[in-house]
Amino acid sequence: MSIIDKTDAVLEPEAVGFDGPLLDVRDLHVEFHTRDGVAKAVNGVNYSVEAGETLAVLGESGSGKSVTAQAIMGILDMPPGRIPRGEIMFRGQDMLKMSEEQRRRIRGRKIAMIFQDALSSLNPVLSVGYQLGEMYRVHEGLSKKAAKAKAIEMMDRVKIPAAAARVNDYPHQFSGGMRQRIMIAMALALEPELIIADEPTTALDVTVQAQVMDLLAELQREYRMGLILITHDLGVVADVADKIAVMYAGRIVERGPVHELYRNPGHPYTKGLLESIPRLDQKGQELYAIKGLPPNLTRIPSGCAFNPRCPMAQDVCRTDVPPLHPMTAPDGTELVGRASACHFWKETVNG
Amino acid sequence: MSELTSKTDTVVAAQAATTPDAVLATDAGPAPGKPRSLWSDAWYDLRHNWMFLLSTFLILLLLLIAAVPDLFISGSVSPRDGDLTAHYLQSPQMSHLFSAEWFGYDHQGRSIYARVLHGTRASILVGVMVTLVVSLVGGLVGLISGYFGGWVDSVVSRVTDVFFGIPFLLGAMVVLNTFAERSVPVVALALAVLGWTSIARVMRGSVITVKQADYVTAARALGAGTGRILFKHILPNAVAPVIVVATIALGGYITAEATLSFLGIGLTEAISWGQDISSGKDYLRTAQYVLFFPAAMLSVTVLAFLMFGDAVRNALDPKSR
Amino acid sequence: MGRYVARRLLQMIPVFIGTTLLIFLMMYALPGDPVRALYGEQSVDVSQIAAIKAEYGLDKPLWQQYINYLTGLPQGDFGTQIASRRPVAEVIGEAFPVTIRLTILAFVFTVLVGVSMGIVSGMRAGRKTDTSVLVITLALISVPSFVLGFLFQWLFAMQFGWVTPTVQDSMNVGQLLLPAIVLASLSLAYVARLTRTSIAENLRADYMRTAVAKGLPRRRIISMHLMRNSMIPVVTFLGIDIGSLMTGAIITEGIFNVQGIGNLVYLALSRREGATVVGIVTVMVLIYLFVNLLVDLLYAVLDPRIRYV
Repeated sequence: MSIIDKTDAVLEPEAVGFDGPLLDVRDLHVEFHTRDGVAKAVNGVNYSVEAGETLAVLGESGSGKSVTAQAIMGILDMPPGRIPRGEIMFRGQDMLKMSEEQRRRIRGRKIAMIFQDALSSLNPVLSVGYQLGEMYRVHEGLSKKAAKAKAIEMMDRVKIPAAAARVNDYPHQFSGGMRQRIMIAMALALEPELIIADEPTTALDVTVQAQVMDLLAELQREYRMGLILITHDLGVVADVADKIAVMYAGRIVERGPVHELYRNPGHPYTKGLLESIPRLDQKGQELYAIKGLPPNLTRIPSGCAFNPRCPMAQDVCRTDVPPLHPMTAPDGTELVGRASACHFWKETVNG
Repeated sequence: MSELTSKTDTVVAAQAATTPDAVLATDAGPAPGKPRSLWSDAWYDLRHNWMFLLSTFLILLLLLIAAVPDLFISGSVSPRDGDLTAHYLQSPQMSHLFSAEWFGYDHQGRSIYARVLHGTRASILVGVMVTLVVSLVGGLVGLISGYFGGWVDSVVSRVTDVFFGIPFLLGAMVVLNTFAERSVPVVALALAVLGWTSIARVMRGSVITVKQADYVTAARALGAGTGRILFKHILPNAVAPVIVVATIALGGYITAEATLSFLGIGLTEAISWGQDISSGKDYLRTAQYVLFFPAAMLSVTVLAFLMFGDAVRNALDPKSR
Repeated sequence: MGRYVARRLLQMIPVFIGTTLLIFLMMYALPGDPVRALYGEQSVDVSQIAAIKAEYGLDKPLWQQYINYLTGLPQGDFGTQIASRRPVAEVIGEAFPVTIRLTILAFVFTVLVGVSMGIVSGMRAGRKTDTSVLVITLALISVPSFVLGFLFQWLFAMQFGWVTPTVQDSMNVGQLLLPAIVLASLSLAYVARLTRTSIAENLRADYMRTAVAKGLPRRRIISMHLMRNSMIPVVTFLGIDIGSLMTGAIITEGIFNVQGIGNLVYLALSRREGATVVGIVTVMVLIYLFVNLLVDLLYAVLDPRIRYV
């Protein structure tokens, strides 16, 4: 009985009258137990997403951005993965405390995910129509026929030409961009409240990237969904995101509204990232590169994890872990939404 | 160029996202600890694998038995001469460790323990010889047909098909049936004639995969000759699956030799477990040990090579775990 | 599809000719004389032997004998068994149904037990069930089938008295059960391991993660997404395996005294009956080739990425 009650509460959250953020990740920790020791992939991440809002999570590979997303989705391999601490609140309820069945009902229906490599993420031996229709059949109990009609409709929505003719084709028969559209169609099929897109355009040609990104942004506006966009492409972020969280070694090192953060980064790492983008107006100059490599997650440096690569590192950076300081303007007024995990954020902003 | 780098990034990111091992591998930075290659990784795996340790021990022991069987038996006991009146089907004396009577005597009054020990050499020799011939011939054929492709590949593949189409054991029976005297090299050769195809196929597939790798293209672009590309770049990278298949097949060849000897068309000169099992089958009702000990020894030998090959495969190909 | 089948059939011809020629050469180019063997130790008139040889065309050059053999095949003429002076086709026709029965029984056993063991083990990769399946398969592969045959004979016939040690009626499916299990043991172990590997590998595939992310129930994820993909290599292996089951049957038949082709091959080999041996190998190669074609067609049905080219 209680399970059913709980499930209902989850599926009809409006009835509870909750008006906090759609998704609120609090102090999330994820670690992997490997033979080289414990790899601390995520070390206390906090972020939230409102309905209709786009949060871009930025970072190199191994920064923990994808692992965080997988933890939210509930698709982490456990073991070897483990979540020792943290909460993932979806509409005010901690998903980590839910039963597997409750989480399954949220997956795909309330929170959906778009993966990077659509070719390997789609089942190679099932037709795209079947895989799309499966969403309706499983979550809404539609018949095979009705599900297929819905699948065609959805393929039309993501602008796949001749959808009705191609519904029985297999993933390998589509181009990369079309495949990613099918992934998007599948994620949006049940009009979820939150979409997590994990590097949705990285595997695509540059010209197709823009089309797919535009489509995603357009559909997001239309359905008023929350969107978590995981990427290492700073160009994509500027166009679509409302706010940014920059991750390094499993922590958020800086966050803020997208344009302010771009204009005036508050963390040396963010600054380095932005300076390493080639720009037309600096043609002929040497391109900046952050020296060194991201840390080994089993042996994260003490203090600030970025200190071995940081041009501004001082002794304090090697001993004390910097908290995520809320940032203020030089005159003391609060910069809304901005925070930096650098001991010297003031110097960074002004320097 | 940019497409190339972005693809690599994608791959790295994808790995990082799915497996924590990959995270560690790609993130192995300037921090202490050596970078891990496929082979050093495999070696790490093997040292911690009980199957590998056990099978290595067994194989070393078997090799020693094959080399000096008399080392393991007390006194000098002939495996060939029996004393019918004194020892006809005499039961095993399990407490008399390492003695002639330990495993009992067979229907000709011969020490079963001595025969089991002396049978090791022929089995292992056949197994090793077949494996060597098959790896060399099959490996070369596979390398050539995989690398050159085109009509060479078509012709070689058809020939391989022909040999592959002949049932292995039946073909070996036909070949061996024509020899009156069947020594170890004869039996080994008969098995090799029919067995090289599987290695050739594995090698061909492996070479085709490696051939497309970027480092091969790079070597070619830098002006490396065919010979250099084949033996410096392709062979070392394509050989791992062949090693695995060959090791596992070694056990299979030992079984094949025993089966042929069991049927009476295997070894004629040497002492062979297969033959002893065959003569033991007539006493299955009354004296099971005549059949049991050579059968057990045969099974353990095959098992040892099988486990060894398995462990090596798992170490070289972590995906199969 | 029709064109593909036609092309494959055409490709089979050189392989078929090559294989039969190889066996033919092995059988006839080597010493031994089936006609002389007819008379055992008796002294016989040389002209009598020559007459019999002439009757069966054995006096002609080898290449001509082979051409004669090949041209006879399409009409179902496999030559004549010298010892009994009966057509080889007839002799094989009597023995084959028994072997086919045994092979099919063993095949069914392989599929049912091997695949289920593999699934159970693959789903629990690295855990206790997996380890025990691994140990069982290792044991089954390392104990040669003739040893296993005697073990079962001793255990089930001599100790428990459930069955007779040898098969009395070779057409009785019930009696063929024990030999079939022995015959299946090796293939079963391989199928179990292959299934396990395939399942364990596909479990980690990206599309499985997608299926979970779609919120599909576990049962559906396994039956629709995992199994379809995992079974593709297994089906291929099973097809090729039919050939080795048939060869294996030769030995199993010997142990349990089943009157199939195993018995026939053995007698024919000792009597140097070339026609019979070549005939049996010919039939086996034909079956092998056709099963392979079927498997390739099935493969394309299971995996849409494969096209008939």
